[in-house]
Amino acid sequence: MTGPNGDIVRLDAARKIYRMGNQQVNALDGVTVAFTRGSFWAIMGASGSGKSTMMNIIGCLDRLSDGHYRLEGQDVGTLDDDQLSERRLRHIGFIFQSFNLIPQLTVQRNIELPLYYLGWQPEPSAARATELARRVGLEDRLHHRPTELSGGQMQRVAIARALANDPHLLLADEPTGNLDSATGEQIMKLLDALHREGKTIIMVTHEPHIAVHARSRLYMKDGRIDRIDES
Amino acid sequence: MNQNRFFRNIALGIENLLLHKLRSVLTMLGVVFGVGSVVAMLSVGEGASQEAMDQIRKLGSTNIILTSVKPVDEDDRTAPRSFMSMSMYGLTYDDYERLRVSYPAVRQIAPVKLLRKESRLGSRSMELRVVGTSDAWFDLVQRELVAGRRLRASDEDQFNPVAVLTEFGARRLLATQSTIGQRVRIGGQAFEIVGIIKSESGQAGEMQVPDRDVDVYIPLRIARDYFGDTTTRIQAGSMSRERVELHQIIAQIDEMGNVEPTAAAIEQMLQRFHRRKSYEISVPLSLLRQAEATQRTFNIVLGSIAGISLLVGGIGIMNIMLASVTERTREIGIRRAIGAKRGQIITQFLIETIVLSTIGGLVGIALGVLTPMLITYFSGMPTVLTPLSIVLPMVISFVVGIVFGLYPAANAARVDPIIALRHE
Repeated sequence: MTGPNGDIVRLDAARKIYRMGNQQVNALDGVTVAFTRGSFWAIMGASGSGKSTMMNIIGCLDRLSDGHYRLEGQDVGTLDDDQLSERRLRHIGFIFQSFNLIPQLTVQRNIELPLYYLGWQPEPSAARATELARRVGLEDRLHHRPTELSGGQMQRVAIARALANDPHLLLADEPTGNLDSATGEQIMKLLDALHREGKTIIMVTHEPHIAVHARSRLYMKDGRIDRIDES
Repeated sequence: MNQNRFFRNIALGIENLLLHKLRSVLTMLGVVFGVGSVVAMLSVGEGASQEAMDQIRKLGSTNIILTSVKPVDEDDRTAPRSFMSMSMYGLTYDDYERLRVSYPAVRQIAPVKLLRKESRLGSRSMELRVVGTSDAWFDLVQRELVAGRRLRASDEDQFNPVAVLTEFGARRLLATQSTIGQRVRIGGQAFEIVGIIKSESGQAGEMQVPDRDVDVYIPLRIARDYFGDTTTRIQAGSMSRERVELHQIIAQIDEMGNVEPTAAAIEQMLQRFHRRKSYEISVPLSLLRQAEATQRTFNIVLGSIAGISLLVGGIGIMNIMLASVTERTREIGIRRAIGAKRGQIITQFLIETIVLSTIGGLVGIALGVLTPMLITYFSGMPTVLTPLSIVLPMVISFVVGIVFGLYPAANAARVDPIIALRHE
């Protein structure tokens, strides 16, 4: 399912235009970039530089105004809302700055959420949740609610949830933004480990010491790619 | 959606509602009271109508009842209040014969002559209310025999001085089953008690059942022969005399469709033969029709009230669900980002609403079944639960859930995940 040249994500002349009143904002102004399978990218830039828009596009939460986006070789621009949902469900794992766990559900239920929409039966689903909780070191917290956990623990639950559907692509939006630096380091170690296992990770951050964990860095400015550092 | 998934969705809905127990219960209340009042009102209404119908049926729905009435225009002022003044009015033996012979639709016909006679059984004596009638009475007014037999046609033909006591009359005379075969003196004449029969004392609207206030039945021919048609009443020093041949004629018509035309024909005939209107025609079937019409009106009113309360209940649910959607915008965003389709979000919220309204409906039915029981227990008013009065509110509460759940659910599905995830 890989696109040409082994690209998992490929943007061609990608444009995203927002209208705010009678003002037109070019959030993405003709971006062409490709992320290969198994890479680890940090997208950096000032706020308003278009990095969040780029994440929304890559995450199939939003559609381009113009240009093309290929995810695993398939043009996403022609898909309808349900098909976009299907792409998110099967191909993408999200990790958010504010964790975005559902507070009413237990840790186990939160991890199981993608499996529920994938139509898994309760028993295999619970087994998978337990396995993932062990993977992130929270197997003793399965029946707690997110509010009973620390920030680092919550982010680890979120990572377990992002891994539940076994996606190739993990999208992390400021994953350490709400964490102290020590906890942030632990989360980054987890992401490093996932990268070594072969996951493609695209991470938005504005902290240089977090960005160094990525193998490549992409700097955005005014909706365009400013420069790319590949290591 | 397979069955397993269906039940999981419901379980999830219940789980979500249990997270806000108080709110869920309060939301449900509207439907609880709506459905409860529908069930309760239906069963109270049904009870009232069945009671009325029962009473009317006791009169016989194919019967026409003619009753002698003292004319109101009887001119007492011009007639000298003489010692021997006598008023003559009412139904006659000729009327009875004409009815019996000339109306093919009349299947059975019973004459009634009412008398009050001083009577005596053993050492007990009192005034009895006596009905002189034919054997046809017992076919028209079907009551259960307690003991012995009813009057027979042969009693009339052979001039047998026999008497059938009503249960009521038997109680007054302190007669028991062993009294059968004994002699009772009625108005100075000896009669053999041959049977005891049940009687009704009910009332149907304006109409009394024909055997209300009857103590004893005797053959009409004997009543005429022994006691004549003239009654003398001594009141405040003056004596008034009345001559009435028959007090009542009950005619049974062969089928429902003929009742009202025959009643009209009888009325025309009576008008021809009576100078003054000294009779009344009552048709239980017409009363039944009236009662049914009243019941329909009653049902429409009850239905509207119940409908409004269900509507209010439904709006209450919708209101809370809309608030819930707003409150859970972020949750919806998370679910959508993870890959939930719009349809799945709609299903989730719709199921929550349907679960709320259906549980509310069940509680309401319990309440609506209990209330009439309490009403019957404390006030003796009859109530009747029909399957319809339970199934209908159940279906309605389900439909309320769908109707008032759709809009909030559609709102939930419209949530844009990008904006929702930023929502605090």
